[in-house]
Amino acid sequence: MIPPSGDGGASFPGDVHPTPSGGILVSKLDDVINWARSNSLWPLVFGTSCCAIEMMSTASAKYDWSRFGFEVARATPRQADVIIIAGTIVNKMAPVLKRLYDQMADPKYVIAMGACATSGGPFFYNTYSVVKGTDHVIPVDVYIAGCPPRPEALLHAMISLQEKIKKGLTREQIKMQKPEQSF
Amino acid sequence: MYRQTEIISDLSKTPPSEGLEGADMIINIGPQHPATHGVLHLVITLNGETIKKVEPHLGYIHRSIEKMCESLSYRQFIYATSRMDYLSSHINNHGCALCVEKGLQIEIPARAQVIRVLMDELTRIASHTLWWGAMAMDVGALTPFFLAFREREMINDIMEETCGARLTMNYMVPGGVMFDLHPNFQKKVKEFITHFKNKIDEYDELVTDNVIFRNRTENVGVISKEDAISYGMSGPSARASGVQCDIRKLYPYEIYNQLQFEEIIETGCDSFARYLVRMKEMRQSLSIVEQLIDNIPDGEFQAKTKAVLKLPKGEFYSRVETARGEFGVYIVSEGGTTPYRIKFRSPGFSNLSSLDHIARGSKIGDLVAIMGTLDFVIPDIDR
Repeated sequence: MIPPSGDGGASFPGDVHPTPSGGILVSKLDDVINWARSNSLWPLVFGTSCCAIEMMSTASAKYDWSRFGFEVARATPRQADVIIIAGTIVNKMAPVLKRLYDQMADPKYVIAMGACATSGGPFFYNTYSVVKGTDHVIPVDVYIAGCPPRPEALLHAMISLQEKIKKGLTREQIKMQKPEQSF
Repeated sequence: MYRQTEIISDLSKTPPSEGLEGADMIINIGPQHPATHGVLHLVITLNGETIKKVEPHLGYIHRSIEKMCESLSYRQFIYATSRMDYLSSHINNHGCALCVEKGLQIEIPARAQVIRVLMDELTRIASHTLWWGAMAMDVGALTPFFLAFREREMINDIMEETCGARLTMNYMVPGGVMFDLHPNFQKKVKEFITHFKNKIDEYDELVTDNVIFRNRTENVGVISKEDAISYGMSGPSARASGVQCDIRKLYPYEIYNQLQFEEIIETGCDSFARYLVRMKEMRQSLSIVEQLIDNIPDGEFQAKTKAVLKLPKGEFYSRVETARGEFGVYIVSEGGTTPYRIKFRSPGFSNLSSLDHIARGSKIGDLVAIMGTLDFVIPDIDR
């Protein structure tokens, strides 16, 4: 069964042309692939500090990110689709993060969770060791504000990422369309 | 932007550790590994499956909080400490507030003292429930994780109502607490007490008496009392080896000397004893909350302090018992508005130093159970 359209982007892409015996769906293969990818994003278990606890809260029963297709958290980057940078990245961790990102299979997406991952946050001034924004190291698709963000904020970011994937707007997808452009 | 760390990129070129023989193998656990509860990097020398040596590499989450605190005022630096041991952020803030109050010689109103102790103990329960879930997950049981978060969310809701934050509260300020209690506080805490009393029995049924869990933890990761003292261990991990080290009993702060509670001491010295101490501590914390929840005195929740705090010239030290052990704050003041030097004595760092001693000779599969019961919070170790 094809779910009805007009439910906020969660439905199957394409147009149904009604026929007497039901209908014919006309869609683009890219859209179907993006739809499929967006609904089974496997996050990497990657938490460096406080935000990791809120990420665990989001995984737990009360907030339950598996409702949106995120439940299969993987401990190895080779099986993960999305990396949620939950916590501060310091200079010593930056090459490790880069390596983790490189080890992930395409297509891959990045969510920067919390103020530290977005910009350095509370550790922006007066520190010598904090990377001031993880986008200095790897490309980021969705940023979340907060220190730490609430689980709802993380869920919102994940749904935003799904919508971005459906529209083909993540950095990874743009890069694949235009190979000459570098990030 | 970043430096290449030699440990990661070129482990093969670093000189082999002493005593490396032909059959030995070096493996890396971490920095990204779910069992390290963060970004700890362990270089393990193995002979077959037996651990010969564990070498922790730190600094993957070193945010230079101590250095940062030197340029923050005495009101501001407390916020940074919430991010250190984020599972007991109240207690970290408490230690810092106590140290500043010691320097300023302020008397704290009775209401603020009771609120502080209540919050500390709720935080301890929240931290231990999370530890329980994570530790059970480490040894292979996933269900406890979800059960633990059910109780933790109740505490988070209580905290959120009063402090405005779920995790990094920044609620304790020099002179008392930042806001008064929320009108719903007592009602919600009482609900939590009745809820949690049943659930902690469920915890025991589910994990404590589980045969597989017992086999994984009993007689695993043994550390004697003498060794625990010499490694400077503190908190539940040390009390499981029979060391009396509860700061709440030894150096009582706030109103802890007027409260009825026991210092949990086990003599099993193994992972299971460390597990038992934390389980029993949750009940003790619950009884402290029960004693106080109906006896919150009226009055001010914050002593009158100046807008800009200036500590007199000198050195100040205060210590509190976090969920992981003794947390010390050492402030050197030159009389200005910012500290000259701040040093945090974090419990995790000393407890981690014993890991090599504990893990030597055990199997690699047991390392996860050992690390789980030592209860590390990596930002607390690296700071």
